[in-house]
This record gives sequence, C-alpha cells and structure tokens, in this order.
Amino acid sequence: MANPTGWKPDVQAGVAHAAQEEVGLGHATRGLAFEEGLLFERGSRGRTGVSLPPRGSDADPAREIPVALLRPEVEGLPEVGELEVVRHFTRLSTWNWGIDTGFYPLGSCTMKYNPRSSEALARLPGFAELHPLAPPSMAQGALELMYRLERALSEISGFATTTLAPAAGAQGELCGLMVIRAYHVARGNPRKKVLIPDTAHGTNPASSALNGYQVVPVKSGEDGRLHPEAVRAAMDEDVAAIMITNPNTLGIFESHIAEIADVVHAKGGLVYGDGANMNALLGVARPGDMGFDVMQFNLHKTFATPHGGGGPGSGPVAVKEQLAPFLPLPLVVREGDRYRLVTDPAERPRSIGKLREFWGNFGMFVRAWALIRELGPEGLRRAAELAVLNANYARALLKDAYDLPYATDSLHEVVFSDKNLKPTGVTTMDVAKRLIDHGFHPPTVYFPLVVHGALMIEPTETESKETIERFCAAMRDIAEEAAVRPEAVKAAPVKPVRARLDETRAARKPVLRWTPGMKVE
Amino acid sequence: MRYHPHTEGDVREMLEAAGAKSLDDLFRSIPAPLRLNRPLELPPPADEITLFSELRRLAARDDVQHPPFVGAGAYPHHVPPVVDQLLLRGEFFTAYTPYQPEISQGTLQALFEWQTFVCLLTGLEVANASMYDGASATAEAVLMATRITGRSKVVVSAAVHPEYRKVLATYLRSSGDRIVTVPFGPDGRTDLAALSAAVDEETAAVVVGYPNFLGVVDAVPEAAAAAHAKGALCISVTTEAVALGLLQGPGALGADAAVGTFQSFGNPVSFGGPAPGFFALREEHLRQMPGRVCGATVDKLGRRGFVLTLSTREQHIRRERATSNICTNAGLCALASTIHLALLGKKGLAELARVNYARGRLLSEAMERQGFRRVFSGPAFNELAFEVGDAEGVVERLASRGIAAGAPLARFYPDDPKLRGALLCVATELHAPELIDLFAKAVRS
Ligand SMILES: Cc1ncc(COP(=O)(O)O)c(C=O)c1O
Repeated sequence: MANPTGWKPDVQAGVAHAAQEEVGLGHATRGLAFEEGLLFERGSRGRTGVSLPPRGSDADPAREIPVALLRPEVEGLPEVGELEVVRHFTRLSTWNWGIDTGFYPLGSCTMKYNPRSSEALARLPGFAELHPLAPPSMAQGALELMYRLERALSEISGFATTTLAPAAGAQGELCGLMVIRAYHVARGNPRKKVLIPDTAHGTNPASSALNGYQVVPVKSGEDGRLHPEAVRAAMDEDVAAIMITNPNTLGIFESHIAEIADVVHAKGGLVYGDGANMNALLGVARPGDMGFDVMQFNLHKTFATPHGGGGPGSGPVAVKEQLAPFLPLPLVVREGDRYRLVTDPAERPRSIGKLREFWGNFGMFVRAWALIRELGPEGLRRAAELAVLNANYARALLKDAYDLPYATDSLHEVVFSDKNLKPTGVTTMDVAKRLIDHGFHPPTVYFPLVVHGALMIEPTETESKETIERFCAAMRDIAEEAAVRPEAVKAAPVKPVRARLDETRAARKPVLRWTPGMKVE
Repeated sequence: MRYHPHTEGDVREMLEAAGAKSLDDLFRSIPAPLRLNRPLELPPPADEITLFSELRRLAARDDVQHPPFVGAGAYPHHVPPVVDQLLLRGEFFTAYTPYQPEISQGTLQALFEWQTFVCLLTGLEVANASMYDGASATAEAVLMATRITGRSKVVVSAAVHPEYRKVLATYLRSSGDRIVTVPFGPDGRTDLAALSAAVDEETAAVVVGYPNFLGVVDAVPEAAAAAHAKGALCISVTTEAVALGLLQGPGALGADAAVGTFQSFGNPVSFGGPAPGFFALREEHLRQMPGRVCGATVDKLGRRGFVLTLSTREQHIRRERATSNICTNAGLCALASTIHLALLGKKGLAELARVNYARGRLLSEAMERQGFRRVFSGPAFNELAFEVGDAEGVVERLASRGIAAGAPLARFYPDDPKLRGALLCVATELHAPELIDLFAKAVRS
C-alpha cells in the first residue's frame, strides 16, 4: 500500500531514544499510555450504552407514586455509548497493576495467581444466576458445594465446624469475637479485655473494639515471637481472649503457641487465630491442633479468590466443638443425600444471629472449592512448602543488602527494613517507588509496626525462581543506587502514568466525587 | 501442577541457598508435636476436565431455567456482557487495595466514579469506596449515628429488610445500644404516628427502607422530619437501587445517610453474594464515615490523580479507635456497578427504572386477573406482595415447575396474622409480559 503522507520513522532517533530508556530488572519500560478523563467529563447528550426491552405497559408512575418522590432522570449521569465505555475502562485498566501484570509481593496479602478455571466455574449459570431465596429443592448443587467447602475448611484448619458467612477477614474476626463473647456470657460474664500482640494487623484491635472489648497490647520478644511470660503477666480473669496470628506478621512461627494457649485457658480465656497467614501451614500444621479455639480464613488470600482491587473477600470462621452452638446463621447441613441451610434461630437458640444478608459470598466459595479440588491434599501442602521456600530464597538473596531485623526463621514471608540505607537518606517509601520503575509491585511497607521502615515480602508459591531472582536483583540494585545516586531513587517512580501523588493535599482539601466544572490543581 | 512453576532442580538450588536440607526442614520452627503427620483428608487432586465436569454437575442441580420471581434483597437483572468482560481484565481483578497509587490509578479512578454514582443516585454529598453488603452498611450507619449524636437508641421501621435488622441487632449486641422497632401500616409504609412517638431525645437515628422490604416506597421525608425534630439522623436503606432511576434520591428528601446494595447494577444474584454495599452521607459527618474513600489530588508534576485518603479514620492507622474494622471491601463488585451505570447513563437508567415499574404493574394486573389482590395499598416499584393463601405451598409447587416464586412474608413476620398468605414477588426487565402471565396462572393452579 502507498504511503500517502510520505512519513517515515526516523530509525536513528528511535534507537537513540530506546537506548536512553532504562529497561527495569522486571523488564518495565515506559510503553504507551493514554490520558483518560472521568466518565462524567465525556459523552454527548442522548447517547446510551444499553439495549433495553419495551416497557410492555404504559402505566404512569405519577398516578401511583407521589410526584414529590419522582425524578425524570438523575442529573449528572454520563451519556456514553458502548464502545466509549469499553475504551474508558480498558484504558483505566492499563493504569493498574495486577498479579497478571507482574510480581506482586505484597506481604500479608498472599497475592498468588488467580486461576482462570475458578473464574469460569463461578460464572456457570447454575451458580451465578441462582437466587438466594430459591427453595432448597432448586439449589441442591450450591448447597452441596457449600457443605463440601465447609467440611474441607474444617479439616484443613483442624476445627469441628466452620461458618462461611463472614464477608472478609475483618468481619471474620468480628464474628469470632462475638462467638467468644457469647461463650463467656453463657458462662455468666462477658469479660472485658482482649490481648493483642504488637505485631498484629490493625483489624484485630479494631474488631475487638467494635465488639466492646478493651484492647491490651502485648509486646513481642527480641526474636519476634510472643513469649509465655509476657502473656502470663497480662493474663487475668477479665481477659476474654488473646488474638494471635500464626505465623505472625513477621512471617515467624509463634512456636510457644501451645504454652501460651495453656496460660490463657488456665484463666478461662480463649485463643483466637487470625488465619490471614494460613498459606504457610496448609497440610503442614493445623491451628486447631495447637491450642486455638477459633480462627478466620481469608479465602481471598489462601485460596486464590481474586482480590478485585480491594475485595470482595470471604472470611469463614472455624471453631472448636464447644463454640459451635454460638456460630452465626446460616449453617449448611446434610440430611441423607439432601442439603439444607439452617436459618431458623429456634434450631440454634444460642447462635449470635446474622452477620450479613443471605448466606455469605457464595461466588468466592465456588472459586475456593475449585482450587481445593484441583490441588488436593498434596497440592495444598506443596503450596505451603513452595510459598515458604520462595520467601526463604528471597531472604537469602537479600539479607546482606538490607537490614533483617529478626534473624529468626521465616515461613511464608520475610520482613526487612531500611535501616542500612539511613546514611543515604533513602527510605522504605523510596525503595518501594523505585521498584515500580523496575517493573515490580512493591512489598507491603511500614507494616508490621514493630519494624521501623518495614519492607514485608511475601512472594507466594505461584512465582518462579527466576522472578524472585530478578526482584531481588532490583532490590539490590536500588540499595547500590541509594549509595551513589540517592536523588534518582527519591525521584521514583518515573515510568507510571503518574509521579508521586500529593496525599496531604487530598486529605486537607477532600475532593471525593466529580461535580460539574471540577478542578483539582 | 500448573500453578507451581518449580522444577526439582529449582527446589534443590533454592534450598541450598536458603541453608535448608529439605522442604520439611523449612518448617523446623514449628515444634514437631504441632505438625500434622498425615495427609489432609480431602479428595485427591483433580485435572481440569474432571474439575469442570464435577462442578458443572453441581451447577446443573441448581434450577435456573427461568428468571426468579423473588427479589427480597437480591434482584434478578440483566447484566450486559460488557460488564463481565471488562471485569475480567486481569489488571482489575488481580489487583488489591490501591496502596501504591502511581500504579493503581485504574482502580482509584473507577472508585472515584463509583463514589460519584452513589452520590448522584442517593442525592448525598459524599460516599465511600464500598461496604461488604447492604446489611453491614446499615449496621455501620447506625453505629456512626451513635458516635455523631452520642445517643444510644435507634428507631427502625419493621419494613426495613428483616435480614438487615437481624444484622443490625448482631452488631449492636455488645454496645448496649437499644433498637426500637416501629410497625408498618396497611399501606406497607412505616406507621408515622408510631415512629414520631418512638423518636425522642435519646434517639441517634431513624432507619427506613426506600423502597422498603415490602416493595413499598416509604415515607422518607416524613421520617426525616420526625428524626430531625429530635436531633436524630435519618438513614434510608435501599436494596433495589434501580428504583433510584425513578425516585428522588433519599438525600434530596431529607435523609442524612443512605445505605444499601447496588447489586442490581452489574452483579448477578450469585446465591446471595458478593455484591457491593454502598454508604453515602452528608459531608459534615465525613470524618465519622466508615471504610475506604478515594480522593482527587495532583502528582508532583501537577497532573490530576487519585489516592486513598482520610485514612486516619481507618483501622491500619487508628487501630482500636478506628471508625470501623472494615479493610477488604467489595471493590470488584463496585466496579461492576460502575461499568453498568456507565453503560446505562442518564437515559438508560431512567428507562430501565421505568421498564421495571411497568413490569411491576403487569405483574400486579396479571395476579389480579387470577384473583390475587395486593396486600399493601402504598405506592410500589417493581416488587409487590400478593395474598395467595398458602404461600409456602405455592413456592413448593412452583419450584417443581422450575420457578422460584417469591418470598412468603410469614417467614419474616411470623407474628403478623395479616401476612399469613402474603407472597412477595418481583418483576424486572427479565420478566417478559408473557412470562408474567404464565407465572400468575401457575400460582393459581
Ligand atoms: C494479618 C491480617 N489480618 C487480617 C486482615 C484483614 O482481612 P480483610 O482485609 O479480608 O478484612 C489482613 C488483611 O488485610 C491481614 O493481613
């Protein structure tokens, strides 16, 4: 075909440009990115992106509904066609980082690969289009799936029974604490306090407070572990429970757990397990065998249901037999070859009640069950082994370049700090931003709070040896760069569609929605 | 194993680098008595074909041949394929909370758009980035009202979704806050005399449904006036958000907060979850709002961008003094709603709401032709209760014909003799006029 404009690429200039551009150790380049305004800033009057059926009746709402309650249309809504919508969200998606884009070692979040099979299965019409109030005779498949998942989670965690209801990890915590409160109330005294180690995630104290408990922090030891003496000193008959994450948020196994549980149980308290880190233990050890009385799962972490840019999650709660009567409704039961939900409080008079509408995040149950079925017992154990192997490999490759505040053995994640970089002025935040230029999602930063400038790395089992090597090479490269060109590290990131954003300004002058003529300068 | 990329050689080299003798050795920090010395008792691994045939078999045991005629908090609507195909972009669904804004502008801008949609539909000034569901959003709104007012009583209409009220009761059990439930009248609207009598100087909030659980467009302006007269907040709860394409936003009618679910936009019913809870509010109460919120700002070069903001309200900063314990929310479901609302736009939403209203009328007429009268005289949207006699019998009978018929109200109001034979049914754009006719006839015979 002819070239009507006669334009030819300037090959020399192109080569020079490419040479200037640094390709990151994660193979990141600047690529091509579009600017994309808000939906509300585009479109044209009269456009729509949907195809709707005729009404089928000309009944006039104004004859039935008071006119003061009606509106002809919602002011401010965009007017765009289907292609515009597709392009808008496709472009927005290219501004995002997902596991599918590249390595995502966000500690405590278990960013493992989300199988496409699970997505396809959750979309089967029998699951996606099933109404929660369809009679049980029309929902036997869904109920059987819930039953099987409940049995599997109880077996994996070593507990008697599991409720699938909670919507995420934090709601699981709240659920577990409510069960604990109900247990104590049944024994005559709800008690007042919950012990929480200083390594705990913020949701632990927040969930305790939401359930009316006073939070008592407990210090972890020099080795990053919780010690029985510290618990003994804090423990009394006003303590309802201790909340322990095991392995903890430093990636360290709380090896005194059995003795700690004894200390707590001796004074009538219960032991709550934050199961966010269950990935380290699959098929290797079970919280129910270590002295825990109750724990929540995070299906969106351990069982690869997608994190979705911030949810939905699912936070089933497993309990020992003595706590089972207090679990929220519904519970799924099998009667002969039929399955049924128990929803009537008369059947479970000591239940804490309901924690969410309907039965839980069923779409997540399908995905989690699919993964459990595909992996089987040996695959689940292999997942834990490889997750721990990957974290330990990263630790070995980085331990002479970054400060490792705890020399104690790591399980599925490892926490470094920016202490060695102090003289250069480069901080954890700078390292995180520079990693982006290399083509890696940064680790979790500044958490857990016990480590100043924490860099919390959780590779997960689905990442290959080469990926971890490249990531660690980038981390080392940044440490070296910090020593010679700290300003380059502090200027990062330069490759994404936006440079560092002014968070102070966002909080000081909140602009939380579009309004006509909106300007942010 | 397709998800585990390690070769035996990799494992060997990595173990050596890590100074471990074997994979088992990596777990040496777990005391031997605490380890599991047997394989988990679970079914053996399944290849992809086996997995699919097994789960397809399960899914096939769920009867979804006809669109359900039951709503009651989860509404069958058409989800345009565009929604799901965009959701399946890995950059969206395999991302997490946008902690690193420079590489999360896609999620963040979409959240900003979601917040805008929630504000426009509810007629309120600010909204958060989503909640778990409508029920917990309602509970959180009440807790917020108790913080704002320093009061400890909440007046709730019996016509608010019964499951939401149960969840509210569960959330309030430890706080000592008191719930007073006021009845609804024969029109299905909250009994305003009882409501006004119940609201006093101790009342933190008044909670009403809009439309309410009975499908009736409740009296938000009057409820708001009663609340405000005693210095309480008015919280409106919406489960069928398509109605907001026809009805005024509750904020414009005096509600101080609006909560509920946007499941109707872009999210399949999925046996009850997940779906995005929403939370909208007057700006003056912003600092008491639970959950994440996205805000606009500029980057170092002055370009507009988005970040999570006002996080000093949240658990990761404030710990036990946070406004809520929520962390992971329902981000992807909120994105689904945002995409669907973008497709609908101004014209499409107005029309979708009117199609739903019209289908509700067709259902009403078809049922009346079969001799089933409406239980409530108040104005309705797309959901209506009918007196059918043996409601549970009807549900069972229609189940055998592959139709999820409706929600017998006696399940939710066992003590109300007037509701013994009431069946709550919905009709949406999925229910073609002929299907509605067939349904009404099937209820009869
Ligand atoms: C250790 C830990 N506990 C609890 C949670 C809370 O889980 P979710 O975000 O699902 O509410 C998280 C994750 O955010 C976590 O990392």
